[in-house]
Amino acid sequence: MIRDHFRVLVMDLAAGKGKVAKIDGRDEVAGGSGLAALLFNLYGLPDRPWDDPAQPFILAIGPLTGYFPLMSKTVAAFKSPYHDQYAESHAGGRSALALRFADYDALVLVGRAARPSVLVVGSRRVELRDAQFLWGMDALNVAKRLRQMSGGSGHRSILRIGPAGENRSALACINVDTYRHFGRLGSGAVLGAKNVKAVAIRGDADFPFDQGGAACGGTVSKDYPKLFKEIHRQLTDTQMMSKYHNLGTAGNVAALNELKSLPWRNLQQTTDPGVEGISGERFADETLLRNTACAGCPVGCVHIGFVREKFMADNRWLYRQVSYDYELIFAVGSMLGVTSAFDVLRIVDAVEKQGLDVMGAGVALAWATEALEKGLLTPGQVLEPLAFGDANAYARAVEHLGRAANEFYRDLGRGALVAADTYGGADFACVLGQEMAGYATGELYFVAQALGFRHSHLDSAAYSWDQKHDEKDVDKGVEFLVADESGRSFLTSMVSCLFARGVYKDELLAQALESVGYTALARNMAQVGEHIRRLRWRTRFATGFNPEAVRIPKRFTEVSTWKGPVDPVYMEALRRAYAKRLRELGKPLEDEAPA
Amino acid sequence: MKILLAARMERCIGCNSCSLACARLVHKRLSWSSAGIRIHSSGGISTGFQALTCLACDPPPCAAACPTGAYSPRKGGGVVVKKDLCIRCGACVKACPVDAIAEDFEGAPYVCIHCGRCVEFCPHDCLEMVDVEELHARDKEVPA
Repeated sequence: MIRDHFRVLVMDLAAGKGKVAKIDGRDEVAGGSGLAALLFNLYGLPDRPWDDPAQPFILAIGPLTGYFPLMSKTVAAFKSPYHDQYAESHAGGRSALALRFADYDALVLVGRAARPSVLVVGSRRVELRDAQFLWGMDALNVAKRLRQMSGGSGHRSILRIGPAGENRSALACINVDTYRHFGRLGSGAVLGAKNVKAVAIRGDADFPFDQGGAACGGTVSKDYPKLFKEIHRQLTDTQMMSKYHNLGTAGNVAALNELKSLPWRNLQQTTDPGVEGISGERFADETLLRNTACAGCPVGCVHIGFVREKFMADNRWLYRQVSYDYELIFAVGSMLGVTSAFDVLRIVDAVEKQGLDVMGAGVALAWATEALEKGLLTPGQVLEPLAFGDANAYARAVEHLGRAANEFYRDLGRGALVAADTYGGADFACVLGQEMAGYATGELYFVAQALGFRHSHLDSAAYSWDQKHDEKDVDKGVEFLVADESGRSFLTSMVSCLFARGVYKDELLAQALESVGYTALARNMAQVGEHIRRLRWRTRFATGFNPEAVRIPKRFTEVSTWKGPVDPVYMEALRRAYAKRLRELGKPLEDEAPA
Repeated sequence: MKILLAARMERCIGCNSCSLACARLVHKRLSWSSAGIRIHSSGGISTGFQALTCLACDPPPCAAACPTGAYSPRKGGGVVVKKDLCIRCGACVKACPVDAIAEDFEGAPYVCIHCGRCVEFCPHDCLEMVDVEELHARDKEVPA
């Protein structure tokens, strides 16, 4: 281990000065999700709104970041503009290794910069620079400028927002190193509200093993290199590579369509023969240029396709590289009735520039399309002739959404269900806590996303449960969700990519922790995971979460999956039972009975 | 005598497994920069990656520049490094024509010693150890 406590850079954006804080708690909260919750409890203001300048924006990595492969995520935590409650969003790219080698376990931004700014941090620098000239710039262009301004090529991470974040859209993401994102729950707006256009993190320090000193890599056991090699071998074996590198998650498009679980046209269907044009195979055969990876991950799951655009006569073209994944293909493909791989990439490209959460943008526009069809919206409000399958209209609408072009798009930027309050159409807003992820697998998934901590398909394996169970056992379903969450909380506190969860089983994870000196964590993984889970929920409840008030829109009861029509009675029973369990998990400490 | 060749960098995914392996196994450090091979993007990830690593000059200008004998020519190209003779003057870093020698904050240089321990960690087979004699018989072009 590098140190037994957390070394945290707390940056006061108003003052333009940082402070390095030493914070205890490694053995209790580990890092990542646990550390983020601990820091929110130190620096957050649960009762004040998300855009109060004093609210913190937190980035946290884990104890194994840098030491082992796929410990390559960073947890962002903040009070969300989407629901004004505590939220987490996770991203990879180079962010985790850059923070590790900048020698911070976490970065906390508080205050609001007086003018649009960029923050450059490294092991030997903390600079808040005026960047008014970058304001308004799209998320791709701003990175090009930042590369010139920040130095450290290859060993840095550039986090930035697009116009959506500047406009404080609840659907705004933070783009990380071009192809990765803190996608969900509006992190981009939090930086926008702080007047921060970008954060460049330079990983410019290193840690010698066995030599002591303040910034030492610590004593690693003699087994460490051998263990690394074994984990590397497991992570690069044929099965992992085949699942995540080959077609990647895009391989699920055809599979879920076959299972009648792929949302189409604002979830009016769950399967469609048009899938053939947007399958993982089609993307790989026709659009895939190459793969890339997060730093510290040999799997290389990031699939990069391309768009080209004829901008003038006489064959004058430009091209851009655009990454794709299952969720993107669902959100701006099937959900919008777009059935050409290149059209999907064109819309994704527009989404990237605006700095929008692609799932948020796609699902919100799907709702707007149906609302227009039903006459709840006027052509004057939507500005484009939104119609399922019309990729050109959607690409332009994405720009309106990011730029908050009129009152309607400003409202839509707060989420489809919020827009429905004004315009009607709440019954068909595909919102489960936030705009749905692409799993129309059944009752348990709908309840899990609607009530889950991150409102993410990665909170639990509910989508997988739905695909394997057709019995309607409320207790068993809820027990599965509750049992699954604790271990995931520990893994996201390690900042492990969840793709590696099949390899980092408890025993191997304990060996990894032990080999670099985290003996107490290695021995108490189950207890620490449970502690972190409860800490996260307590933090969420303290900021106003009310699980009993969460409603699942009617559209989700109109769905048919491989099991047949969704059973609204069963789903409601699941919702009530899970809400009750969450209330127990998140009850304040003083309410817990003494041990 | 074999040398390390970053022969197929168009395949690189930027995972840094090679740099981390070199630091871990050769230099006993947790690092992606204090290593004999370092991966840079060539202006953002969309432009692909390049490896900064020793091209096995023969004779090596870094060894010629070294005032203490810490770097001496290695048979087959590149250098043999005797760390305990290094005075951290940085002359080798300046002498390298391809920016292959890294320097940490204390001024210690890191250069590839052509041991090949990084090769097995590359998931895309970008790296290989090749015999110098064989190499002379084929195109020594190293893509950027």
